[in-house]
Amino acid sequence: MKKRRKIFSPVYMTLLLIAMYLPIVMVVIYSFNAGRTIGAWQGFTTMWYDRLLQNALMGDALKNSLVLAAWSVALAGVIGTLGAIGMAKSHFRGKGALETLSTLPMMIPEIILGMAYLVIFSAVGIPLGMPTLVVTHMTFCVPYVYINVSSRLVGMDPSVEEAARDLGAGPWRVLLDITLPLVAPAVASGMLLALAMSLDDVIISFFVTGATTTTLPLKVYTGLRNGGTPEINALCTLLLGAVFVLVSLAQLWQARQRRRQARDREQANRNQPDRA
Amino acid sequence: MEEVILSLKGIEKSFGEGDVLACIDLDVRKGEFVTLLGSSGCGKTTTLRIIAGLETPDAGRVVLNGQDVTDLSPERRNVNTVFQNYALFPHMNVEKNVAYGLRVRGVSKAETRERVAQMLRLVQMENFAKRMPSQLSGGQRQRIAIARALCCNPALLLLDEPLGALDLQLRRQMQVELKRLQEKLGITFIYITHDQEEALGMSDRIAVMRDGRFEQIGTPQDIFERPATRYVAQFIGQSTLLDAQVESAADGVATLSCPDGQMRVSLARGALRPGEEATVCVRNERMRASASPVEGFTLAGTVNLNRYAAGALMTHVTLPSGLDVAAVAAGGLEDAPAVGSRAYLYWDPAQASVVGGASHVRG
Repeated sequence: MKKRRKIFSPVYMTLLLIAMYLPIVMVVIYSFNAGRTIGAWQGFTTMWYDRLLQNALMGDALKNSLVLAAWSVALAGVIGTLGAIGMAKSHFRGKGALETLSTLPMMIPEIILGMAYLVIFSAVGIPLGMPTLVVTHMTFCVPYVYINVSSRLVGMDPSVEEAARDLGAGPWRVLLDITLPLVAPAVASGMLLALAMSLDDVIISFFVTGATTTTLPLKVYTGLRNGGTPEINALCTLLLGAVFVLVSLAQLWQARQRRRQARDREQANRNQPDRA
Repeated sequence: MEEVILSLKGIEKSFGEGDVLACIDLDVRKGEFVTLLGSSGCGKTTTLRIIAGLETPDAGRVVLNGQDVTDLSPERRNVNTVFQNYALFPHMNVEKNVAYGLRVRGVSKAETRERVAQMLRLVQMENFAKRMPSQLSGGQRQRIAIARALCCNPALLLLDEPLGALDLQLRRQMQVELKRLQEKLGITFIYITHDQEEALGMSDRIAVMRDGRFEQIGTPQDIFERPATRYVAQFIGQSTLLDAQVESAADGVATLSCPDGQMRVSLARGALRPGEEATVCVRNERMRASASPVEGFTLAGTVNLNRYAAGALMTHVTLPSGLDVAAVAAGGLEDAPAVGSRAYLYWDPAQASVVGGASHVRG
């Protein structure tokens, strides 16, 4: 009995990891394949990367994706943060319902959201393009910021803000000096999540983008529909690399924070001259 | 009459279910150390928050230095608070925390630096100016919170259970330090605690609160020696309460009787008229147990326990009515009445007090 359990868990882990990472590893490997089809290895090349970098359409798509993400995440950051702070400070009937409503877009299937936006934009007669993309991306980004900041505010000691008022700071001063710096990490992590969501969104963008504006994920999608080229594999590999670097940096930063906190605690426990 | 710095006039406050504060009246004089003492939920923190401007009263006025500040927001009152959990700004170092009030007021950099250094010296934290709050121990955070609140030279310092989170030893030390600081600076302190020992040891005056009212306001000695109500008598120190009827009053001494026997109380402790009902309160430290009867007293019972309590022997006596009374053995440590033997309770009639029911007090 004991022996069987010891075999089971490594096997389980291995299968899980293979299921998760094999397809990704395949994409990376075949981005260096001289042939055009996945499954038939015809020698190593970096040709697809050269072509990718020379492809002006790819450059435009990348630029569009970054501009779109920057605008929508920045706007969502402002709206989500101020919304969360405002909600935390007010108490009214139906507050819970309103909070649920404002985070619901996260749960609504993207295809419905995309369609709904398309319907409203064409009904009002707004031409599709970058502005409509920014509005829709901003809308689905807001909940990520809002939820992060809200939960940070719940854990915050209200007497810290009261202490600032007590010391002579008006409401705006308290917001700038105390509240915003304290929620800044939550705003940052919310915006990071939103950034990831905006950068890889296909479905919603597919509905509300104009004929001339293409984002990188849309480019990948349409590229695959037209048969797929190793260029797309190369693009995916580059994107994977970027994600890998970003995630590693975030992990390193968190680890450093944890070490610093541990050191502070130790120091606080050590220096107790008031006990002498 | 010294200058009154703060007046609370008929303050009332409720938060939906029931009154938190019901008609609070209090005058605080300049330089005074006033403690609001009460168990949790009695309304003492709400009273403090109303003075600070963090809550608005439903009725009544707050008058600070002759000016009605009831409708003024907290940042416009010359009052600072030391919060229960210190409420230091976690993203600012010690120096910036202490300087915050001056920074908001637009005081010049040089002046701020000098004032902050002076404050840090005052609380003996000058070597910690660059530390972050998370790098400080509880006692150190406490000192910084005090320095920060004192930095703008407030007319009034409010302290909400400032020592509540510290361990006993550090707490005792900080009690003495705070009291010294208050006398040195001459700033008026309004101090909140639920610890009666702390209140008795630090205050010029104590206001005992219960259910949003003041039960009694007086000097620590008043409160301890002459509790006005049954609640105060039971909340502060340990004492025995005996419900009795006045039999006679003559030569400055009243004789009272209860089912357990007779007793005497000095008339200086309360106007007692024959036939009246009265509740007599005797502090455990003032109650004596003797092996032989004492004139004027016929309270006799059986000794059920002798225990040593810091320098004296406490004898516990069960009276016929079943009441258990703790008393100091009259003969000293050596010849205390043995367990199971008969003991007679008595006291100095001038040291007992007569308590009334709950009443509304003005301070």
